Amino acid sequence: MDVWNWDFALSILPALLDGLLITLLATVLGSLLAFTLGLVFALLLRAPLGPVRVLVRGFVEFVRSTPLLVQIFFLFYVLPDYGVVLNAITVGVLGLGLHYATYTAEVYRAGIDAVPRGQWEAATALSLPRYRVWTGVVLPQAVPRVLPALGNYVISMFKETPLLIGIGVFDLVGQAREVGGIEFRYVEAYTLAGLFFLLLSYPSALLLRRLERRVGVL
Amino acid sequence: MLPDNLGTFLSVLWEGVPETVIATVGGIALTIVASFVAGLALLSPSRTVRVISRIYVEGLRGTSEVVQLFWLFFALPILVGFQIVPLWGGIIVLGLNHGAYGAEIVRGSVQSVPRAQYEGAIALSLSPAARMRRVILPQAIVEMIPPFNNLFIQLLKSSSLLSFVFVNEVTRQGQAVLVPLFTAQSFTILLLVLLIYLVLALIITAVMRLLERMASTRLGRRPSEQARRKRVTGAV
Repeated sequence: MDVWNWDFALSILPALLDGLLITLLATVLGSLLAFTLGLVFALLLRAPLGPVRVLVRGFVEFVRSTPLLVQIFFLFYVLPDYGVVLNAITVGVLGLGLHYATYTAEVYRAGIDAVPRGQWEAATALSLPRYRVWTGVVLPQAVPRVLPALGNYVISMFKETPLLIGIGVFDLVGQAREVGGIEFRYVEAYTLAGLFFLLLSYPSALLLRRLERRVGVL
Repeated sequence: MLPDNLGTFLSVLWEGVPETVIATVGGIALTIVASFVAGLALLSPSRTVRVISRIYVEGLRGTSEVVQLFWLFFALPILVGFQIVPLWGGIIVLGLNHGAYGAEIVRGSVQSVPRAQYEGAIALSLSPAARMRRVILPQAIVEMIPPFNNLFIQLLKSSSLLSFVFVNEVTRQGQAVLVPLFTAQSFTILLLVLLIYLVLALIITAVMRLLERMASTRLGRRPSEQARRKRVTGAV
């Protein structure tokens, strides 16, 4: 048996592309959740109420310090006990989004801290209502500067979506395992899967580095 | 309500702790070696050395860790004709993957040492090796410790991937051994698994803080404010 068979490699491409689609879907939805939830965490970490800050800080640190894979298992096995029955991909998106929200919360926090004090003072002097201070003054300055950092987390998440095979999602790696297992030809399947990851993540990383240089690193 | 099976859960999970710890400590050791070799190579005057190191760094950062693990376990045996012991293979993947991230930490920290320190070392006619070992690295290492702390915690978390290749570490003991037997108590089992990782992460952080203190005392300074901030905002 030759080590690399081009015909076989070509024949498994459609299945791998199907898997890639699932991987991208999970990444996009997970990122949207992480961006939203992360902002909520970041705002709660500045809540005027002390106990809220402590609780959120504790939760964020806990989620950051423990493995995403176990958190996904946790959601997958425990949610049904409380009557929440979701399909595997939804659980995966929830897990990815929640885990990465704890990272993006720190990114937003850094961005908000970088808004000069004078901006806050000016907003107070103009007696803008609280929510206008956030939506009109602080966030429009904070968010663009953190976009590259958020983008880097999207790339990290993309590379971590294969964890979802643990709960039976057929992502890129899941498909590779499936088609590789039929004839026990894993070399082509996993090499191609790796190449797909590299071809998508490396150019994105280069683009982000360029963007980083333009907006300045925090 | 305290579950009756708490003792059983803890003893089964406890059996997985040595594997998790061996994988993490072994992975960290390999990460440190790979980070320094590749990180210093990125700063080499030789273009060839820099390019080789760059390919290693981008290649391992660009492909998913799960893919690397599966490649080592399912593709490589077809190529070379033998299979690596899962735990060892796990250490190799964890170490080489995180070493690629660590290389950038080493490169960045060495570059962040003020230029005047190089010039001073040259003026004292220290050899390039002595310059690096006696002047640059002691200062760079203080800067490296907080980001390495984050990296090692990432590595600890990644060690849970070894459950995919049948290493009986904590995650596998919980998810593949206990959950099928006590499905109704998944909540307790998986919460315990998470807590075990939390404790291990706290141990890593405590050790790294101690090292940082030692490294900066050796230089005659306290941990810098900048380093402390980096720890808080630290990224993957």
